[in-house]
Amino acid sequence: MIQTSQLTKRYGDKTVLNIDSLNISKGQSFGLVGNNGAGKTTYFSLLLDLIQPTTGYIKNNNIRVSQSEDWKPFTSAFIDESFLIGYLTPEEYFYFIGELRGQNKADVDTFVKQFVDFFHDEILNQKKYLRDLSKGNQKKVGIVAALIGDPKVVILDEPFANLDPTTQIRLKAIVKDLAETKDVTVLISSHDLMHVTDVCERIVVLEKGEVIKDMATNTATLKELEGYFAGSATL
Amino acid sequence: MLKHFVSLEIKSFFRSASFGKGMVLKILMVLLALWMIVTLLATGLALYPGLKQVFPDQYPFVIVNNFVFYWFLMDLFIRFFFQKLPVMAVKPLLLLPVKRRQVVNYVLGKSALSFFNFLHLFIVVPFGFMLVRSGHDLGSVIVWGFAILLFTLIVNFLNFIIESLSSETELSYLPILVLVGGLFVLNYFNIVSISGLIASFLTVVGSNPLWSVVPLLILALLYAYNFKLLKAQLYLDHSLKTKVQQVEASTMAWTRHFGDTAPFIQMDLKLIWRNKRPRSSAFILVIGLVYGLFFYPNPDYANMPWFYAFIGIFVTGIFLINFGQFIPAWDSGYYKMLMAQNIKYEQYLRSKYVLMTASVIVLFVLSIPYVYFGWKILLAHFAAAVYNVGINTHVMLFGGSFNRKKIDLNQRAAFNYQGTGAVQWIIGFPLMFLPLAIFGLVYFVANFEIACVVLIVLGLIGIVFHEKMMGFITSKYLESKYKMIDAFSQDS
Repeated sequence: MIQTSQLTKRYGDKTVLNIDSLNISKGQSFGLVGNNGAGKTTYFSLLLDLIQPTTGYIKNNNIRVSQSEDWKPFTSAFIDESFLIGYLTPEEYFYFIGELRGQNKADVDTFVKQFVDFFHDEILNQKKYLRDLSKGNQKKVGIVAALIGDPKVVILDEPFANLDPTTQIRLKAIVKDLAETKDVTVLISSHDLMHVTDVCERIVVLEKGEVIKDMATNTATLKELEGYFAGSATL
Repeated sequence: MLKHFVSLEIKSFFRSASFGKGMVLKILMVLLALWMIVTLLATGLALYPGLKQVFPDQYPFVIVNNFVFYWFLMDLFIRFFFQKLPVMAVKPLLLLPVKRRQVVNYVLGKSALSFFNFLHLFIVVPFGFMLVRSGHDLGSVIVWGFAILLFTLIVNFLNFIIESLSSETELSYLPILVLVGGLFVLNYFNIVSISGLIASFLTVVGSNPLWSVVPLLILALLYAYNFKLLKAQLYLDHSLKTKVQQVEASTMAWTRHFGDTAPFIQMDLKLIWRNKRPRSSAFILVIGLVYGLFFYPNPDYANMPWFYAFIGIFVTGIFLINFGQFIPAWDSGYYKMLMAQNIKYEQYLRSKYVLMTASVIVLFVLSIPYVYFGWKILLAHFAAAVYNVGINTHVMLFGGSFNRKKIDLNQRAAFNYQGTGAVQWIIGFPLMFLPLAIFGLVYFVANFEIACVVLIVLGLIGIVFHEKMMGFITSKYLESKYKMIDAFSQDS
């Protein structure tokens, strides 16, 4: 589904991302971990064509993202709060995103209803603007909005951060369900090794912009990751 | 402590992300300031001999004192729009061993050093100099100047109180208009002769300096009140406690008629209505609509038909100008999302075009009553409206592709220069003056009717080539997409 080739991003002399090749197959749940500055958000931004690569390219379903906009209909993302429109209510925001993705109001209403648990009565019918919601609740809205309209590729940057434990667990269930039953390619970055090993079939470790480890998740993965990060902490 | 504050301030100025980028604007402001200083200096020097000549039987000193009240009223009014509440990033300081008292005193003290407080010196000093030269006692002139300084500081702190009042209550211009208007009316109808009081005070204070206790006392009271206001804002819960607004949701089903641009139009309408800054610029519509009333009833202008088109452009295009100049910066807060979403740029831009065009049509209809001043005005307004729809909308959209300035929607509008860059100034010329030039030229070469026809034809050409131009504009936006995303994600 996603092919990365010879991708580099440089700011001045500093190379912030340098990925020779990284392919993610359809329906895979893919986790990206790494310390601050490892290049996770840079990679996602390149994938969404929000910044330009210095060299190389990313193909999303065989479409080079920097050359055509045709990847947009089946790709959705939530990177940070700047993806929300502060002066809309959550409902209005969902409708707006729905409209852009060819869903009418009724469609969106039924879709959003599945997430009543996830919202924990703090999102819908609150008569509040998004800008007045707490960080965690904003995040919930952003994540759910990214799932509207049956996207084939979903990109979530740090989805677990700022969420309460209950919601984290529910989010894990949602993400697993997407990849397993709906054949959606899910890309997640996280600092929480436990969550990411729980959810993702495949985990890639970035360090200073380069792929250090690329592994299929199994029972030993968490230990291995912890060992790796503990090791780099002692360096 | 003071040393630390000052160094923080200097760093925040030079290290701000927009430093250097806003240079054109800063240079313009400096030029404006220099111009004001020179004008005031010249006025100050010329005041004494001038008054002597015009009113030979009155003492210039007394005339000036009588005028001081109006000067301060004007000063207060101008300050409200130009001088901002002193701000400082206090949040990081709250946990450090810094006394809140010190922070507040520093911020207030800094405001006393504002440029506005020194402006009057450029009049007072040369005028005082002339007074002394003509035989006035030096000591009493110094006391007089000191009293004026006290009044200036009073205005300074009074302004902040009014500003914080109007920024908290969403009354925007109302408090200042009520206060300035009220004082003026009280004085004008002699209910309380404030100007007289001030004048006699200023005349007496020179010989009896003890009187200056009165303004000192007022100043101290205002300072204390400001101190109280600011100190109350120095708690985190002031920024944490979100003023949760109740939502008036509406579906705006009628926008459906606009087809695939409907969701964007809905969003723009909500944008305008639910955010402080664009909402205040919507109120400017009213000012724009009555703009013609400043000119048409005046026989001097009524005889200048070549000027009608300019007013027409302004009256029918006030929304276009006000809203259009910040496309796409209005959406800067979530621009990244728009770019990653399933949106065609062209569709996004077209929704802006539709909105601006609709506003021109509505404003034209609303301006029809101007026909009272003659059918020529209506014709000129119609021509200007067509020109606005055909040419100016496209110029605005095109200019927007050079826009690199983020806008924080929740800040007030009047004289808020955030988001203003060189682009707005440069675009202003073709927007306002090109039609005026074309119209005026044709008017003098041929006649009024032909001038109107020329504007209409130009506008129609623009409408005919709408698709072509939109294609070109869209490509411009696509070219600068990454630059815009980058610029909009930076805090100014």
